[in-house]
Amino acid sequence: MRYVSRRVGLFLITLWAALTVNFIIPRVMPGNEAQAVLATFRNVNPAALHALEIEFGVNVHQNLLITYFQYIWNCLTGQFGLTAQRVPVLTEIISKLPWTLGLVGVTTVIAFAIGTFVGVLGAWRRGGKLDGLLPPLLFIVASFPVFFVGLLLLFVFAVTLNWLPLSSNYSIGTEPSLSLSFIGDVLVHAILPAISLIVVTAGLWIYSMRNNMITTLAEDYVKMGRAKGLKSWRIMIDYAARNAILPNLTGFAMQLGYVLGGSILIEYTFSYPGLGYLFYTSTTDHDLPLMQALFLVYTLAVLVCVLLADLATAGLDPRTRDA
Amino acid sequence: MSENLLEVEDLSVSYLTDTADIGAVEHVSLSVHAGEFLGIVGESGCGKSTLLFAIAQLLSPPAAITSGRVVFKGQDLVQLSENSLRLVRWRDYSVVMQSAMNALNPMKSIGAQFADTIRAHEHMSPVGIKARSAEVLHLVGIDAAHLESYPHQLSGGMRQRAMIAMALLFTPQLVIMDEPTSALDVVAQRSLMTQIKDLQQQLGFAVIFVTHDMSVVANYSDRVMVMYAGQVAELGETKSIFDRPLHPYSKGLLDAFPSVRGPRRPLIGIPGSPPDLGRPPTGCRFHPRCNVAMPQCTTTEPELYDVDDAQVRCLLFAEHAAPVATR
Amino acid sequence: MSTAIITSDAETVDAVATARPQSAFARFTQAIIHNRKATAGIVILLILVIVAIFPGVFAHDDPQAAIYGQNLGVSAQHLLGTTQLGQDVFSQVVWGTRLTLIVTVVVSAIATVISMIIGVTAAYVGGLTDRSLSLLTDIFLIIPTLPLLIVLASYLPPGSVTMIVVLTATSWAFQARQLRSQGLSLRAREFLSAAKVRGERTSYIIFVEIIPTMTSLIVASFLGLSVFVVGFAAGLQFLGLGNSTELTWGTMLYYAQQGGALEAGNAWWALAPGAAVAFMGAGFALVNYAFDEIGNPALRPVRKRRVRKPA
Repeated sequence: MRYVSRRVGLFLITLWAALTVNFIIPRVMPGNEAQAVLATFRNVNPAALHALEIEFGVNVHQNLLITYFQYIWNCLTGQFGLTAQRVPVLTEIISKLPWTLGLVGVTTVIAFAIGTFVGVLGAWRRGGKLDGLLPPLLFIVASFPVFFVGLLLLFVFAVTLNWLPLSSNYSIGTEPSLSLSFIGDVLVHAILPAISLIVVTAGLWIYSMRNNMITTLAEDYVKMGRAKGLKSWRIMIDYAARNAILPNLTGFAMQLGYVLGGSILIEYTFSYPGLGYLFYTSTTDHDLPLMQALFLVYTLAVLVCVLLADLATAGLDPRTRDA
Repeated sequence: MSENLLEVEDLSVSYLTDTADIGAVEHVSLSVHAGEFLGIVGESGCGKSTLLFAIAQLLSPPAAITSGRVVFKGQDLVQLSENSLRLVRWRDYSVVMQSAMNALNPMKSIGAQFADTIRAHEHMSPVGIKARSAEVLHLVGIDAAHLESYPHQLSGGMRQRAMIAMALLFTPQLVIMDEPTSALDVVAQRSLMTQIKDLQQQLGFAVIFVTHDMSVVANYSDRVMVMYAGQVAELGETKSIFDRPLHPYSKGLLDAFPSVRGPRRPLIGIPGSPPDLGRPPTGCRFHPRCNVAMPQCTTTEPELYDVDDAQVRCLLFAEHAAPVATR
Repeated sequence: MSTAIITSDAETVDAVATARPQSAFARFTQAIIHNRKATAGIVILLILVIVAIFPGVFAHDDPQAAIYGQNLGVSAQHLLGTTQLGQDVFSQVVWGTRLTLIVTVVVSAIATVISMIIGVTAAYVGGLTDRSLSLLTDIFLIIPTLPLLIVLASYLPPGSVTMIVVLTATSWAFQARQLRSQGLSLRAREFLSAAKVRGERTSYIIFVEIIPTMTSLIVASFLGLSVFVVGFAAGLQFLGLGNSTELTWGTMLYYAQQGGALEAGNAWWALAPGAAVAFMGAGFALVNYAFDEIGNPALRPVRKRRVRKPA
């Protein structure tokens, strides 16, 4: 189908753009950080220095175009070089991935569910005091910086009430295992970061969902549903909600980028050692290979979700099937 | 007195906004007999669509019925709760909207939309539902294979006819139509109107047909109601209104249409534009555009006067006739 | 009594609109005053602007002066306590307003302008230009903002200029699509055909005819963008990618986090700048939300009036 091929095309082009951005930036930015970092590596034998240069992509002896294609190939095969601690970047990323995936994955699903449910109902039941008060309230909460919510929750629940832990993903000193107590420990540590993310993400989604729903409710076919004598809930789901959500699925997926950004800040706030925290440490360590690889990982995550949303739309929306 | 199928008594509809209430329909009364074709004509903004939706109980905020009754088969629809209304909807009266592209759910097949309508009112087996759906599609000349089609896959004319077919699922006694031909070209219009008339003859339902196109009304309706600025300007048999329009507005509307036969004469439009319903003119609402306005037209609001078989809201007829009782 | 299904008609928008013939500005001001959200938002923004211009009026201490006791709690002397180095937190919040506001406004303004030029050009010129610009916009929309910001900011020298450049580069895409849509719908209008027939250049048509007509959408874009720019700027600085010698709310947060404010029991040091960011965001959000409502009456709170329905 033309629609699907177009979306796959966009996926590939954006991926290529992200890779190219990663390649170009170190080479065009003033105050070449790579050189500066290299300068800190003293007493390195020439062979190792050469290897480093290749790794950082600062190989002045090689044709730029060749370097470019080699770089692309490296990225596609997962060779992202070594971190500042001389650990393969890919290994480092894979070890931290599950923590972020768990946190962000679960919170996104919950936030989406809440957002859809409340947004749809909120648009459905207009009128009354709540209709005037709740949406702007939600909009404001959604515009709160996510780390503020995190700090606030930390202050209330960790510092003042001491109900929940202050940081990290599991208690320091415990050995990771699949035991119930460890899992419980993990969950307890994840509560505050999760809630912070959910609050802001759900707020955003409720707002957009409600707006989409209101627009859909103004459509003639909804009025037709009423005219035909269909039950309220059936109209709400079959004629309104479905038509409000489906065309906007891709839009929702694109908001994932914002959610991921928020997760980076949350991990930093809570010292939660996932990919986001790794991203932060990579900036303080000037660890360029790691930083660039993480940028790609985050971009790829959004790209995949957008593509999935596109495919779902193609499958479920009859209009795109024929496009 | 014979039972009227539909009796609208003194219906008024307003748009309730934060700052003011704007009257869209003012004290409109009309009746429809079984099997009758009533046309409602008027300019854009005269309130005819609002009136239609008010009768069908399909208004949405900020529009609301502020007074009056809509007595359908003996029941006042305005007083019914939404649940009771649901029993009457589609079974006894149905609605056909202007644009089928907007009125049909783009994400459901035609068949699915027919099916959920049937299921909302009856327990019918899937086989029965399919059979009934195919039956009504056949009535409008559409192949039953199109039950699987989605609205965007059909042509404009077919979509419109599918909508009419849907309206006939329960062979209701009244079908309310809001400008169903406006989105079509002239040829498709003619074809659709002929079809509607045929169906009416076949199945015996009454039609209330709203349009701004006088020619459609002229050829197909039994009676015509002319609306202006939210009020009934004239109401009567089609033939008499077209042969002898009484209200200056009706006269103006008819004068604006060239006749295919007969002598050539310059077209006369009606000067000015419809009034702002938030601040309607004093006295007769039409007086600023009327070429036979009298001094009292600016101060006295005309009632609806009986003149032979018609009703006119014009002070020209105030002395001759008694005002129509509005209650 | 069942609840009637409440929808809203597009037709009623016209009915209401035609009933009120006033000048656009009068209507606009009226709308703002009537709308409590707009008023609240504008009040918030005005407060912030005044504080930004005249910080000395509100806080007398030099925000950078580390002369007080460390990690002091709230008191009459120090409305929000002191930092780990002994600086007055309240002063810092007050004096930090200026730079924060400037960065936000400058970024939003430039990004909106770029967004507008790209969106309208794509809409009006069409064809290959449209497709390329739209592709560019889509790419920037999909690439997650904060990761890109982090990468860009890491390579540039820390400071407000970097902030502005980097934030503008990542936020221009937000509104470009909407502006393009409106540009598309305007493109067909007659006044543009008239200009073209007169022989005006494309750039003239874009800048003199189309853009002024889109003013309300442009202002709305600016406001909506500001909400997010405030958060992103603070976020970047929070992570330490701003210039730590400059005083903004974001850098305050950075120091608070580094200095272990919460653990040390000095909650206000961390919460106050965060609250300030939220406050500014809320101000922009409220005005933006009110703008949405004024522009699209369907979103306004619905007034239900029951007419003689049975109980």
